[in-house]
This record gives sequence, structure tokens and C-alpha cells, in this order.
Amino acid sequence: MSTTANVKLPVDLDNTFESVIGESPLVTGDASFHGVTEVVSHVSESRHPPKAWYVGMAISLSLLGLMGVMILYELFVGVGVWGNNQPVSWGFPIINFVFWVGIAHAGTLISAILLLFRQKWRTGINRFAEATTVFAVACAGIFPAIHVGRPWLAYWLAPYPNVMRDWPNFYSPLLWDALAVGTYTTVSVLFWYTGMIPDLATLRDRATGRIKQIAYGIFSLGWRGSAKHWALLEKAVYLLAALATALVLGVSSTVSTDFAVSEIPAWHETIFPPYFTGGAIFSGFAVVLALAIPARELFGLKEVITKRHIDNLAKILLVMSSIVLYIYVIEYFIAYYSGSSFERFPYLNRLFGPYWWLGWGIMFCNGVVPQVFWFKWARNNPWLGVAVGILVNMGMWMERFTIIIISLHRDFVPSSWHMFVPTYVDICTLAGSFGLFFTLFLLFCRYIPMVAMYEVKSILPQAQVHHHEPVAVAGEAADASPEAGVAGVPTV
Amino acid sequence: MSRDAATIHPGVVAEPQLYGLLAEFSGPQELLDAAAKVRAAGYSDWDCHSPFPVHGLDKAMGVKPTILPWLVLGGGVSGIVGALALAAFCNGFDYPLIFSGKPYWGMPPHVFIAFPAMILLGAVTSVFGFMALAGLPRFYHPLFSSKRFQKVTDDGFFISISAQDPRFSVRWTGEMLRGIGATAIEEIKD
Repeated sequence: MSTTANVKLPVDLDNTFESVIGESPLVTGDASFHGVTEVVSHVSESRHPPKAWYVGMAISLSLLGLMGVMILYELFVGVGVWGNNQPVSWGFPIINFVFWVGIAHAGTLISAILLLFRQKWRTGINRFAEATTVFAVACAGIFPAIHVGRPWLAYWLAPYPNVMRDWPNFYSPLLWDALAVGTYTTVSVLFWYTGMIPDLATLRDRATGRIKQIAYGIFSLGWRGSAKHWALLEKAVYLLAALATALVLGVSSTVSTDFAVSEIPAWHETIFPPYFTGGAIFSGFAVVLALAIPARELFGLKEVITKRHIDNLAKILLVMSSIVLYIYVIEYFIAYYSGSSFERFPYLNRLFGPYWWLGWGIMFCNGVVPQVFWFKWARNNPWLGVAVGILVNMGMWMERFTIIIISLHRDFVPSSWHMFVPTYVDICTLAGSFGLFFTLFLLFCRYIPMVAMYEVKSILPQAQVHHHEPVAVAGEAADASPEAGVAGVPTV
Repeated sequence: MSRDAATIHPGVVAEPQLYGLLAEFSGPQELLDAAAKVRAAGYSDWDCHSPFPVHGLDKAMGVKPTILPWLVLGGGVSGIVGALALAAFCNGFDYPLIFSGKPYWGMPPHVFIAFPAMILLGAVTSVFGFMALAGLPRFYHPLFSSKRFQKVTDDGFFISISAQDPRFSVRWTGEMLRGIGATAIEEIKD
């Protein structure tokens, strides 16, 4: 039972049902330990990646280049090249920042919360999700940095003794942001990397070229699968998961507090921290869904990212969509219930003002579209999953546009109202951030084990072992030990 | 010791010393059962190696619970205390900020400083604490000289017993390992 059984299941097995005799399998195809290693490692070992990888890389690199040019242009000319104006002083950079931070959150949540809840199916997608976190944080971090206008003075945020004999203002949301995002970047990279060490060791042991051996060798730290190390690693990863879970809620709340501490109607709300956290989880799950489906097709990972994984992701997306929709309704209700015309106006302006199509668009993309996942045929249709994932992210971007731009462009005094129109620099920088994200993501797909092999192996049926207290076996083993003593080996 | 001999007598190649024995087992259950027996046989300087964490193995081996969580708690607490002290020193004492009538030192805004600082120091402690307690990175290990041992990151399950163990003897330890179900046994030279 416990031996490395060689069960071959059909790759496209429908494992979305709940079986009465036990759990349905989470790994299909060649579900042996070696089979899992093969399926995952071959992606980074094949001589050439699939053609689609090159096409994707070419597009991503061009976008990344575009972003570089746009940022240099902005740095040389100044923030006037963007559509930011008065009263809309927070334009695209802050929208994009909140958008990318949101995407980042799902990775940590999928990985950390599902780990704490001991959800076995997470093993197929957690590496993936953590990668999206790291890359999305990289994209998010760029925007506040360029938004301050003079990023070379960003070190002023650090509390260091200086000739001006002053210190940063710890009451300032800008400082909170820097600390939250800096911590988030560090912790998500540490979490991702620590969980990856044993898999890097697998690639090290399978590598044929010298450069690969050395590179994977350095990053796998000389891992040798020692039981003592496993115990420590698991403990460290659990602790990181617990910290990261708290951090996700903290970062989203911090980002939302940047808004909530102001006096702008539709910003000054106590619902903002859960609102931003819910939206963040929602958009992140959508991104993981939209990326996991093409990746499993493209790199032949159907054995470990099965229909059940897609099904589960779709169900979570449905739950999150309902939560987000509920928050939207509550926001509108509270605005009405406040009785204040200043509170009510921005919400009416969202639905019937000049940006009405965004107000209704977020309702449609975030609230209505994911409801299709009530139906099993929809959850089982991978390409529909990709479509919903993309629509949800468009919806979430529009939500941030709505919160930031629509709340700012018509404030208390109608004489200061002003429309916001993005410039081509705004749009190209946004497009470029997708280039950065996908460049990193494609590199990850090619050079890093995309699925946590050791975690997948540990949930296989043949990995389930039972420790019997060694009362009976002690007698058996004792046969060998006295003789060892007789052989002249000193005993303690 | 061998290095000293080589420096004193250049040209004399030091004899490779025996590091210990490496035994392979066919699966996780076999490894777990064997580990319990090796422990019962009274060995102290030995280890199990597997491609994934085998649950219950540390219990079967008698590995003591790690102090890592306490280290992380220490990291987290020093993060909170450090951040609050920093904010209090900067904005409340060394350069008091008079800012819309707010107190020099207020807890609510400083939650946003103390909280990430707690997480940051806790997480850093957890990763570097893991490395320090596990003795990693360690790029050279005698076990890496074994071709068979490469399977440990794929589908191989091993027990290694060090020659430094007081109960170690090539013959009897080897016999014991064979007796508890090892499918292959290898001598590892350092």
C-alpha cells in the first residue's frame, strides 16, 4: 500500500465530484512520486519552451520596454505628462498601485490561508499563486515611487539621522504605504523562496549542464531532504503563512486607510479596510484562474492542476464576487441612509454622472459575471474561466478608477469640478506594467518549478503513512542492537 | 586531520574516511517503520532523508520540537517595541511634530508602523532561524558523493547513520539496516 505505486489515471479525469468512498484524486495521470517530478520538471528541462512562450515573451518585453521609455519621459519632463489635475491629483498611478496590490494579495491568501486550513488541493496552485504575488508587488511598487515625482528622494521616507535634523512623519499614510509595501515585498519573496528550496534541489539533482547545477545548487542551499530539516522547514513555512495572512489583511487595510483618513465623501468610510481586502482577494483569485488555465494547457500540467482545482477556484471566485457585491450594495445603502447630500452625491454621480458606464461596468463585471459559476458546466469549462478571470480584473480596475477618480473629480464645490482624461503616457505605463508582470511570469514558468512538487507528492495516497508506537518493533530491533554492542562498539 | 597530514607531507593523498552508511528504503511507510527501529536500536547520530515531509517521521525518530516559534515570537515582539519606540523618539521627542492639534504620540496611527514591523521581523527571523537551526546553506555534504542519493529529491527514501555514532560498526549496522528492510546499502566516504 505504501510502496511507490504506479497508478495510471486518465489525465482528463473528472475529479470534481465528491466520492462516497473517499477523496477523489487530486493528481491524475501517472500519480507516482517520480511521475510528479517528471511532469513538473520537464517544463524547465525541455530544450526549448513551447512556441507560445516566445510569442508571449516578445510581447511582454516590448511592453516592458514601452514602460521604461514612458517612465524615463515622465522623470525628465515631470508628472505633468499624466492626466492628473486639480482636483484629480491622484490619477492612474494610484489606480494601478491599488490594482496590482490587490492582485498580489490572492497569491498569499491562496497559499497561506489554504495552508492554515490544510486544504490539500492548494498544492497544485500555490507556487503559481505566490509567484503572481511577487510579480504583482513588483508592479505595484513602481507606481507610488514614480507618483511622488522625484523618486530619487524616496530615501527621505526612511528614518535616518540627517543634516536637516528632522524625521519622517509617522502619522503620514505615505510612510505607512512604504512600510506596508516594503514589508509585503520582503515577506512574499521569503515565503515563496523558503517553500521552493526542496524543489530547487530536485532541479539541481536532475540538471545536466554545469551552469544549471551551480545555479540551482546555490539557491537550494545544499538541501538533502533530512527529516530534521523537513520538520524545521514545515514549521518555518507555517509561521510565515500565519504572518503573511495577517499581513495581507494589514496591507489592504493600510492601502484603504490612505483613502479613509481623508475627508473626501466616498473615501471617508469605515467599510474601506474589509472592502479593499475583499476586492483584493477577489481580483487575485481571478488572476490565478486566468493564468493557471493557459499554463496547464501550455506546459502540460494537467496532471497536477486538475479539473477539481479549476472547479474550486471558480467556487471561491463566486463566493468573493458575492461578498464584493454585498459591499457595493452596503456602500450605496449607507450613503443613502446617512442623509447627507455630500455623501449621497458621489454615489449618484457614479451611476448617472459622466463616468456612468464605469459605475455600471463594475456591477456587471464583478457582481453579475461570476454568478455564472453557480452552474457546474461553467466551472468545468476552462476557457470560460479565463474569460471570467479577465472580465473580473477589468472590473476591479474600473472599481479602483471609480473610487479614486469619480470621488475626486466632483467634490464639495461645483466650481472646482473637473473631468479627468488619461494621456497616452498614462495608458502606455499601465500597459507596460502588464509587460513587466508577464515577463517575470514567463521567466518563472521556464526556470522555476511551477508546481510545488514535494507538496503534491505529500498528498498522494501512497504518501499517507501511519506511525505505530514502537512497542512491538522494539523487540525486533533489539535483535540487532546487543550484537552491535558485542562487536566492540562502545555504548553510551 | 587529513588536511593536516596532506600539508605536512605533500604528495601523500589522505585516505578518505568513512562518513557512514546510507540505506535505501522502498517507500514512506517502510522508512517510517525503519526509523522507529533504528531509534529503538539506540542510535543517536543518524538521519532520515525523503523527497517530501513524511508525517510522523520526526516523532518516530524522536526529534525534539524546535524552538523556532519562540525565536519568531521574539522577532515579532521586538518589531512592535522597536517600531513604537522609533516613532515615539522621532515624532514625540527629538523633533516633535505639531500637526493639526494631534498628540505627539498617538497609538492609532502607530498601529500602521508597529504591525508591519512585527510581521517583517517575525518573517525574517523565521527564515533565517530555519537556516541557522538546520545548518543551511551547506553546499558540501559527504552524502552528495552518492549517485543513488540524488533520488532523495525525486522518489528515494533513505536512512543515513554516521560513523561517529557510538553504536556504529560497518558490519553490524549494515546488518541491522538490512534486517529492517533496506533495499540497498552503501558506504559513504568523506
